[in-house]
Amino acid sequence: MLKIENVHVYYGGIHALRGINMDVEDGAIISLIGANGAGKSTTLKSIMSLVNKTEGTITFNGKDITKMGTRDIVKEGIVLCPEGRRVFPDLTVAENLIMGSYLRKDKEGIKKDTEWVYELFPRMKEREWQLAGTLSGGEQQMLAVGRALMAKPKLLMLDEPSLGLAPLVIKDIFSIIKQIRESGVNVLLIEQNAKAALEISDFAYVMETGVVTMSGKGKDLLNDERVQKAYLGE
Amino acid sequence: MTNFLQYILAGISIGSIYALIAIGYTMVYGILRLINFAHGDIFMMAAYFMIFAMVDFMIPWYISMFIMIIATIVLGVLIEKIAYKPLRTAPRMSIMISAIGVSYLLQNLATYLFSALPKQYPSIPILNTTVHFGEASTSLVTILTPIICVGCVFGLLALVKYTKVGMAMRAVSKDFETAQLMGIQINNIISLTFVIGCGLAAVGSILYFTPRPSVFPLAGSLPGLKCFVAAVFGGIGSIPGAVVGGFVVGMCETFMKAVGLSEFSDVFTFVLLIIVLMFRPTGLFGEKMAEKV
Repeated sequence: MLKIENVHVYYGGIHALRGINMDVEDGAIISLIGANGAGKSTTLKSIMSLVNKTEGTITFNGKDITKMGTRDIVKEGIVLCPEGRRVFPDLTVAENLIMGSYLRKDKEGIKKDTEWVYELFPRMKEREWQLAGTLSGGEQQMLAVGRALMAKPKLLMLDEPSLGLAPLVIKDIFSIIKQIRESGVNVLLIEQNAKAALEISDFAYVMETGVVTMSGKGKDLLNDERVQKAYLGE
Repeated sequence: MTNFLQYILAGISIGSIYALIAIGYTMVYGILRLINFAHGDIFMMAAYFMIFAMVDFMIPWYISMFIMIIATIVLGVLIEKIAYKPLRTAPRMSIMISAIGVSYLLQNLATYLFSALPKQYPSIPILNTTVHFGEASTSLVTILTPIICVGCVFGLLALVKYTKVGMAMRAVSKDFETAQLMGIQINNIISLTFVIGCGLAAVGSILYFTPRPSVFPLAGSLPGLKCFVAAVFGGIGSIPGAVVGGFVVGMCETFMKAVGLSEFSDVFTFVLLIIVLMFRPTGLFGEKMAEKV
């Protein structure tokens, strides 16, 4: 559904993405793993047009979205849940969810999705009127995922949802990612926690210094010697 | 006693005008982290627009008022698009210098176009009617000013708190990039901020200049600075803070005049600024710097 061809991104003089090619298929959890500074977040930002691409094309369901603005890309159904949670701290939990549905006009659908998000994250329902800045790290991450779901994405991109969270919370988040997938939303996942990511992924890409160096089924990569050495510490 | 009541009325009146203008400073700061030094001069231009409409084109006051408010809003939005928007990714100092530049540009433009000689502000007959309060008497504009001000402030607070666009304003003021990811168009929200700020400055200019004899190209600079002080006093970025700050500055100034220290009333305002910056730099309702990440 999402096809990335030969995308290049520069930050000033730094060549951050050096011709990325990816093909995200429908109906799957795809993960993107790699070390710090490999260009994972930049890849997602370039999809959302938050950074300028100097070269390359991106198509979504056959439509060229390379030159579209962020707002139109969200309208097409690609939603990015950014790294570091980035909830709006002085908006309440409920208001954060409303911001997630900013571009939608279908009141009924929004109501249904709000209920769905509260079902996925019962803790959010309890804290509906609390300012998002007062939530714990794990709760903020749940809110960030919930907020992204409120846009009714066809493809949900999660940038390091496990960053800085306790192991138990990470387990919760990953089980919810699976639930989201089962509800028919495609997931593109960035993770430092390569093992956890590969275990739930149908397909995965490995990035190094701005290029994709390996790709394959999650389980295959998990058993791949090079991946084990570089990312799984075995 | 009568005098006291009269001073209170005057203080409340000037205080609410300051509040209206201070809101413009505080809202722009909240979103762009920019002190819009041109705000006082936009307020001055609003007065000239009114003179234009009523005196030069002989349009009745109630229509002139709308034309003037629209013209002021257009001016404010244009300034943002031309002088601030291209500097969005530049260091904050650059955009502030640009604001100072716009301020001087407007003052000189006004001098060039309308001459430095004071021009009489057209009188709106209804506003100048005298009203009696027991023994105190004052013009209707003095009474109307706080009422209009309170109405505007409550309208604005409701907009920011309860509407989707208000939430978007709060979201943008915290985090441009994430707001963009929600599909919010940052530039539209920023323009809206300037529309509201300049609209309120335009309303303030009618209320401010009606009881005063004349308008001149520098007429906006001192009130502008005082309102900036009011915004800082209340905690820049906070709308209720700007309102409280406006009233405090207006009241203090009036009472300084009442006790016969007229020549020090402006000095006092700036002493207030120094005291606030020394002892409570975030102001009364200012946001705390530390945030949970």
